Order: sequence, then structure tokens, then C-alpha cells
Amino acid sequence: MSTTHAANSTVTGNALELADVRKVYTLGDGSEIVALDDATLTLASDEIIALVGPSGSGKTTLCSIAGGILSATSGSIVVGGEDISGHNARQLTTFRQEKVGFVFQSVNLVPFLTARENLLVVDELGRRTGAPARERADQLLDELGLADRAKNLPAQLSGGQRQRVAIGRALMNDPALVLFDEPTSALDTKLGEQVMELIRQEMKTRGTAAIVVTHDERITHYCDRSVHIVDGALRD
Amino acid sequence: MKLALTELRRRPSRFATATVILTLIAILLMFLGGLLDGLINSSVGALRVQQADAIVYDSTAQASFVRSRIDPELRATVEAVPGVTEVGGLGLVQVGARVPGNGPRELAGVALFGYEIAPSGVPDPPPDGQAYADDVLKTDGVEVGMTIELGPARTPVEIIGFVSDTSYSGQGALWASPTTWRDTLAANRPGAQVADGVFQALVVQGDVDDLPAVIDAATDGRTESFTVQEAVDAIPGVEQQRSTFGQIIGVTVAIALVVIALFFALLTVERTALYGVLKALGARSSSIFAGLVLQAVVVTLIAAVVAGTLVVVLDRVIPAGSVPLDVSVSRIISSAALLLVAAVVGCSFSLRRVLRVDPASAIGSGT
Repeated sequence: MSTTHAANSTVTGNALELADVRKVYTLGDGSEIVALDDATLTLASDEIIALVGPSGSGKTTLCSIAGGILSATSGSIVVGGEDISGHNARQLTTFRQEKVGFVFQSVNLVPFLTARENLLVVDELGRRTGAPARERADQLLDELGLADRAKNLPAQLSGGQRQRVAIGRALMNDPALVLFDEPTSALDTKLGEQVMELIRQEMKTRGTAAIVVTHDERITHYCDRSVHIVDGALRD
Repeated sequence: MKLALTELRRRPSRFATATVILTLIAILLMFLGGLLDGLINSSVGALRVQQADAIVYDSTAQASFVRSRIDPELRATVEAVPGVTEVGGLGLVQVGARVPGNGPRELAGVALFGYEIAPSGVPDPPPDGQAYADDVLKTDGVEVGMTIELGPARTPVEIIGFVSDTSYSGQGALWASPTTWRDTLAANRPGAQVADGVFQALVVQGDVDDLPAVIDAATDGRTESFTVQEAVDAIPGVEQQRSTFGQIIGVTVAIALVVIALFFALLTVERTALYGVLKALGARSSSIFAGLVLQAVVVTLIAAVVAGTLVVVLDRVIPAGSVPLDVSVSRIISSAALLLVAAVVGCSFSLRRVLRVDPASAIGSGT
């Protein structure tokens, strides 16, 4: 099944194909918690979806599995043509270096690195291309309107600027899929809308797919469609 | 790794406390090592400088000068051993010396050696009644040209020069002719006096493998011979000093290990979120841990360099003979090496914590 999906994904160019993905946690007393219940989801190569649901609905679990941070209990996961269903930890690490970008809820820039160096971290952890990575970082910072802030530390940047650095970091490795975890939760309405416009613009310009995890219905119109998740089950 | 070095450069204050503590521990470690070396050297210096392939005592002496007697006949046997090229006599008497200018009860403890073969750094035997003094005796007021009086019999000896690093059993040595030694022994230790030609030990040079064993075999067991190092180790108190200081040094290194382990465990706990993010971005646990070890090594190296410099300055500043401190490059390097090992081992206690950091922790807050 997973081989078929991998072949299909290459042919169709889908960024993400989840098929019957389950994540089950077994507690110490033997009982089970189903965090993700037979999730099936397909993302086209340049599609942006909003993943909406209340706390504890399984949004983070789904993103973690799609992003290769968490292994599924069962099911098929194909990202950018790569079947990661059976990947071990080492393979998942390589996968994350090359195929996925993350923008975390707390932004989580490295506090002692400049904006530029925060982008270059991705290259240092992965392919170590050197000069090409530096050029790409400079280009991304320019596109994100941060060229003059390249040498600033995160503490010297505003909340919105830090968010843009995080977006740049997520795009450094030219990923097939970018996962945005509550990108506007720490921002006011106006700034939140600016960030969502920027996200849409950057994703569409590059033809990169994205999942925007949010419980904020006000920003879902920036996405191509919304997918709802409740108690681990997806509902379109 | 580059990330770890960048953090050190950009956030030095974060590592300042650990660096200061490690510097103090390194100073203590190097000082203890220098004290051990100084104490040992002040006990064994006189033997260590002997230009000998074998030091020979009589077999009943248990490597003690006081108990040993080598008569001319036994000496001739040793001289006749094939491969022996030179044999010199050595005798010792330990007495209190009256130094001009000091009070009547302020005696300087000296170890007077009568010798034939000049040790390293000591000139050939002086005329009778004269002696070279170890420079630790300068703290007792001894000067060149001065005549000091040895023992209750006040045997006069004129000091004609200074030598270094030739102490014995914590006392500064005087290097004199065999006659001066015999006269001093007879006058001050009449019960221990020896006839002409008798010595307490022999300094033997030869080109034979395992010369001590060869000599003992040739004398039919009437002698007990040692290499210089073995003779040094056999001096009473040396092994005990090594053992005691070794244990203190071991405990100090263990303390350094605990300090590093605690500091970097704390640092790891503080950086759990950052490590989660880095792992989500594709960092391997091995590279995160390698960065941690690199930081520990750099901090320890800085501490070792600062401590080494301070201890060397301390050694220069402390007057010779006041504190038995002997700081050597090898001791500083070995202390630094011990600290580096402690740093790496101390860091390893954080490895499990680094491995357990979950990249999923970087995402969300349980949604």
C-alpha cells in the first residue's frame, strides 16, 4: 500500500499523502489513547490548508507525524514523494533536514544567533553547502523584508520580525511541506493578518504546500481549504 | 559544533561561574601536584642527582644509609664485577648546624654527604673542611664564605658555593669530601663512626644490563643494589607521601568531575526546548552532545591555562625553601589532562538527557 502511494505521490506531485494513519499511545495501566484515528489526507504540491480543532484534538500529533517527528502506529505517510512510514529515527532526521520546514508556535529562534545565522543553522545541521546556503539565506531575508536586520539577534527584533525569520528558516531547505503551528497566536489581529498574507505569498510564490495549525477561524480564509479534526478524526 | 562555539563566544557570562570554579579547582590540583613533587624532591633530591647505574647498600641495611656499611673488601668485589666502569663511595650524616647570625637554639637541619663521584649539578669533591650547600639553606641564612658549625661537637665547615635540588629527607644537603664526612660523623655520632675506606653506600657506573642484580649476584647477596629510581622510592616516607597526595588529588579530580556534571546537566535542562527545536530541524543527538563536550573542553582548557599561569607565578614568588613547592611543566600538563578527562566524563552524565529530548516537544502545547 505504501509503495503504491509513494509511486502515486511522485506521479501526482502531491506534497503529502496520509492514508489511514493511526497513532495510539499505550498507558502504564494498559489502556490506550487514540491520538489520531485512521486519518486520511492529501495535500497538493502548492496547497495551503488550515488544520482546525480544539485543544487535544490531535492537530499536533498529525503535524508531528507529517513532519517526521513522530512515528505512526500504522498507516502510510508519503511526503514530497518520500515514503516515511517505515523510517527509523536516523532516516527521519535526514528527512526533516531535507523535506520539511517548521514554524513553531513559540517561534523558537536560537537566541544567541543573528537572524542570518538562524537561517544558516538549517544548512549546518544538514547538507553543509556553505556558500549556496549563505546566498539563499540572504535572498530569503531580502524577500521577507529583513535584509537590514540580518545581523540582529532575536532579542533585537519585533515579534513580527522574529516570525518572519522563523518563516525564512522553514524555507531554507526548499521543503516540500511547511508546518505552521499556531503562527498568529502570539500576535495581534493586524499583525496576525500580515503574517498570514506573508505566509500565503511565500508559499504560493514557491509552490510549497503548507499546513497551518490553528484554532483561530479568522485566519482560515488565507488558506485554500480548512480541515477539521476532532478527537483524532479528520472531517473535511 | 559551530553552534556550541558560537554560544561560548556570544554568551561567555553563562559559562563564567563554571569557569571560575574550575579554575580554582585547577589551581588546587596543580598546587597539590607541585607540593607532592616538592616534598618528594626535598626527600630524594640528593639521590636523584646521583650519576649512577646502581646504588649499593649492604644487604642488612634495608636501603637505609644509617644502617649500611660497605667496607673496602666488599667495595673491591663490586669494582671487580665485569662491566663496572666506576665506583664511588657515599656517606651521610644528618646534624643540626649553627649558622652565624642565628640564635643559639636556631639550628638548621643539614644532611652532610661525603662523596667521590660528583652528582649532576655538583662540582667535584672540595678540599677537606669545605662544602657546597643546597640553596634551600639560604633561608637559614647560609652564605658563601661563611663557616657553619655542625652538631654538638661544632665541627666547622666552610661554605664555598651553592647547588640546587639536592635535598634529602627534607633537609638541605652539604656536599663535602669523604674525610670531612668521616670527621663530622666521628665527632658528632661517635657510636656510628666508620674507619677510613668504609662508606655507607656505593655509587656505581657500568655498561651492563640490570647492573644492580649483577652486583648482588657477584657479592653473593652481601649487598642490596638498586637503580637510582628504586633507591629513591625506597627512601622512608616517599611511598606514603605519594599515596596520600595521590588520594587527595584523586578526590579533587572527582570534585571537578561533579562540578562539570552538575553544571552541564543544568545547562542541558535549561536548553531542553532549544534542543527540541534543533532536533525538529534535523540535528542529531550525537552532534548536540558533541557540542556540549566541546564547550566543557573549552571551559576546562581556559581554567587550566589560567591556573597554570597563576601557579607558575606563585612558584616564582615563593622563596626557595619556605614551601616545598616544585612546579613543573609536566605536572601542569598532567593536571590539565586529568581535568579534561573529568570534563568529558562529567559531560557524559548529560548524554541520556540529550538523547531523551523529544523533537515533538518543539511543536504546540499539547494540541
